[in-house]
Amino acid sequence: MSDTLLSVQSVETYYGNIRALAGVNIDVKKGEIVSLIGANGAGKSTLMMTICGSPQARAGTVTFDGEDITRLPTHLIARRRIAQSPEGRRIFPRMTVYENLQMGASLDNLKYFNEDVEKIYTLFPRLKERQAQRGGTLSGGEQQMLSIGRALMARPKLLLLDEPSLGLAPLIVTQIFDAIKALNQEQGLTVFLVEQNAFAALKRSNRAYVMVNGQVTMSGSGKELLANPEVRAAYLEGGRH
Amino acid sequence: MANMSNMSERAGGSLTAWALREGFYAGAVSLGLFVLFVGLETTQNIRNELVLNRRLGLLGIFVIVAAVGRFLTVAYLRPWAAARKAAAAAKPAEGEEGFSKRNFSKIAIVFLLLYPLIAISIFGVQGSLKWVDNLGIQILIYVMLAWGLNIVVGLAGLLDLGYVAFYAVGAYSYALLSQHFGLSFWVLLPLAGILAAFWGMILGFPVLRLKGDYLAIVTLAFGEIIRLVLINWTEVTKGTFGVSGIPKVSVFGIWSFDVSAANNFAKAFGLPMSSAYYKIFLFYLILALALLTAYVTIRLRRMPIGRTWEAMREDEIACRSLGINTVTTKLTAFSIGAMFGGFAGSFFAVRQGFVSPESFVFLESAIILAIVVLGGMGSLVGIAVAAVVMIGGTELLREMQFLKRVFGPDFTPELYRMLIFGLAMVVVMVWKPRGFVGSREPTAFLRERKVVSGSFTKEGHG
Repeated sequence: MSDTLLSVQSVETYYGNIRALAGVNIDVKKGEIVSLIGANGAGKSTLMMTICGSPQARAGTVTFDGEDITRLPTHLIARRRIAQSPEGRRIFPRMTVYENLQMGASLDNLKYFNEDVEKIYTLFPRLKERQAQRGGTLSGGEQQMLSIGRALMARPKLLLLDEPSLGLAPLIVTQIFDAIKALNQEQGLTVFLVEQNAFAALKRSNRAYVMVNGQVTMSGSGKELLANPEVRAAYLEGGRH
Repeated sequence: MANMSNMSERAGGSLTAWALREGFYAGAVSLGLFVLFVGLETTQNIRNELVLNRRLGLLGIFVIVAAVGRFLTVAYLRPWAAARKAAAAAKPAEGEEGFSKRNFSKIAIVFLLLYPLIAISIFGVQGSLKWVDNLGIQILIYVMLAWGLNIVVGLAGLLDLGYVAFYAVGAYSYALLSQHFGLSFWVLLPLAGILAAFWGMILGFPVLRLKGDYLAIVTLAFGEIIRLVLINWTEVTKGTFGVSGIPKVSVFGIWSFDVSAANNFAKAFGLPMSSAYYKIFLFYLILALALLTAYVTIRLRRMPIGRTWEAMREDEIACRSLGINTVTTKLTAFSIGAMFGGFAGSFFAVRQGFVSPESFVFLESAIILAIVVLGGMGSLVGIAVAAVVMIGGTELLREMQFLKRVFGPDFTPELYRMLIFGLAMVVVMVWKPRGFVGSREPTAFLRERKVVSGSFTKEGHG
């Protein structure tokens, strides 16, 4: 299919001798929001990292926009316009919000910085209020906004989000997911996200995959999976916020 | 304010009584503690018998010091400290910094430009030598070295314990090339910088994948390797004897400082012969080199490469996910830092007129690193202040001959250098864990500038 942006084909990733991914197949089409849900240790974050080339897949291929990126170093993968908001946010704590956003725009050497930074500030007005403040002094939700904002500054074709709701209050989670949805609908941004908060993720996703022990066990549209009794039992009942 | 008046009411007369009681207890405790250790001394007399001497006077001094010290602490020091704390809490942080604080660096540069003139006017031409050479040039060399290392450690966050290697490369480049090829300082200065930068790259390649402690060990070994090569490669470096008779620098080839030369500086201006002019020229030379280092650092911090260095110090993985090539970023940090080490090295060679491997021991690397850490990593002003305190302080120790009267004629103050050095480090690290200037100055200035102390923020992962 020509509109497939990211294609992960029977990828296996190892940490030493331990197999973390056991032949994963995932497709993300242009303009979609695709989410990957699963329990702790299922290999969700490993898949995210494998797409970014750190660690690299031992078997299988990762194709982005028709190009095989399996063996590229991380920074070259990022230059193909795959931006990531990594797990644990990983903002630069001693640099200001503004400088963090500048770092996000380093791919184009700040060429579009001024126009892009205004877009980020409209999306997350909180960041504008805090622009002179150091990243490390922000609250968790603000740091997550900054992490997503920094990733967006790179003008990505594909945005990878690793647990954007981790450790955040439900209200902030809603705010962040709504912002992601808006980006997707208004600018056609393709988003692939890994989430533990299955309800919030499935509700807003076009399609979703369920991962168990390094393998994809189920896939379907967000609504289908939300209605699926197995998914409900494993990830939603009692866990719904 | 209410706090303070409350406290002084409660204090009043009872405080003195309490302090007296505390002082008495402290005296009694120290009497108990010291009566056997200090009050009695066992020695051998001429017939090799053990005799017991009573040292009641000394014991008395110990007890009095403890008692009076305790009394003063309780009665005066503590209320004073508490009042200060309360006053600081009552008054919110002042928005406007004082004039001298705001323009600190400008005032410092003007002072440094006038420094040799001040020294001459106070101590005379010959007398100023000590102040310009031993103190001024010595401190400025370390300021420059620390600013150079700051690029590697402070900005890029790569812990380098072998920085002195590049200093050595610069010094030997000038010493050997000037002797063998007769090239002048002005040709060799950039060359020494380039050679040192080249060695910085050579160090950079194998350590690209290392971080923190591991990186520190490899750089430490690298520094030692360079020193051992200098010692053992006798055909070229003359080993431990060192290279002597290194030519002096001229004023851009116009005036020379060689006594026999026709274009001697003093002769050209009809001044009496003195080595002071050369030292003063050297002072301005190292000042210019140090300011160049500072200027380049300030400029680089505002450029993408400098920002990338700082981001890499904070989080290397995040950098890579933003499309930054951390390999080239690290190599540029190592090589630019090394280049300034090389400049400083060739200046060192020209100033001493002699280089030997003994000048490039690990202790030098440790001192330079200590200055960077004490000053506050990344802060130019803080580092300069730290260099003045550490190097100036140890130089001043030589001057404190009056200490001999206190501790006896065998006391040589400069031997206590390292002790004081260590003590100073402990004190600064307890009092200001991030160095003299701990907060990082943002590089992008917005309309309002908020300085949030660095201590609120988390360290990047080592």
